[in-house]
Amino acid sequence: MPKARVYITLKPTLLDAQGRTLQNALHQLGFETVQNVRVGKYLEIELAADGDPHAQIEAMCQQLLANPVIEQYRYEVVEE
Amino acid sequence: MKAAVVVFPGSNCDRDAYHALRDVLGYEVDYVWHAQPRLNGYDLVVLPGGFSYGDYLRPGAIARFAPIMEAVRDYAERGGLVIGICNGFQILCEAGLLPGALTRNIGLKFICKHVYVRVENNATPFTRLFRKGEVLRLPIAHGDGRYVCDEATLRQMEARGQIVLRYCAPDGSLSEAWNPNGSQEAIAGVANPTFNVLGLMPHPERACESLLGSRDGRRLLLAAWVNRA
Repeated sequence: MPKARVYITLKPTLLDAQGRTLQNALHQLGFETVQNVRVGKYLEIELAADGDPHAQIEAMCQQLLANPVIEQYRYEVVEE
Repeated sequence: MKAAVVVFPGSNCDRDAYHALRDVLGYEVDYVWHAQPRLNGYDLVVLPGGFSYGDYLRPGAIARFAPIMEAVRDYAERGGLVIGICNGFQILCEAGLLPGALTRNIGLKFICKHVYVRVENNATPFTRLFRKGEVLRLPIAHGDGRYVCDEATLRQMEARGQIVLRYCAPDGSLSEAWNPNGSQEAIAGVANPTFNVLGLMPHPERACESLLGSRDGRRLLLAAWVNRA
């Protein structure tokens, strides 16, 4: 059964308020090597075996999972 | 004058809108459930605030696919007046009826307080009763209100006058100190290119009676009356 792992993040040009806050918190904890933090979403989607999983996931990302105005996405499909 | 207040699962300002429109402003008002496929005979459609579908995925991302949204799209394309308040604004952006998107507030906090906004364009059906540059005091209550859009869209909106409201100081000046959520260019409300669809983060329906601290929201919501006159 194909399984897709989808990663959605804010576009690099946009300020990630959560990421910046985490970066500050990590600095306060002493992790001074942290240069940048971006927070995103991770989705696991299990698919039936028929059809092209890449095409389906691409369509899902475009129509619902990501907002193209603010987000970018990537995904991988694995067989389990 | 007849207004529709669309109710999604998780809407929580639908009653505020109903009360302001009917009891204060004299509209005949219907609640319209999100599963309805039609919107007929209305002079104004309001998408109220709240947390439709629990803000799952992104605020407004799921509500955008509700059956009523096709009807809202048709209604807007025919020139009907649509106002999206707070979560309603988020839904209109997700649906592509308004440009841009609303992201997490810059300080990450949910902000609930009165703010000042300046009328940037008073030639829209929603703002004809205001002077250009007039400062309104309206409440906000949101966690995801930081408006963003790309530079090309921003320039186009500026040129067309689609930026309708900006957060400002009480004297009307712009400064980041008075931009509560970090919105790009302090944008608080935008319209579509034909100005019959308006989205804003502040709540005009909660600013219609002196008892609630401000009456500045009245004139925005009188749009349908103004449009007919």
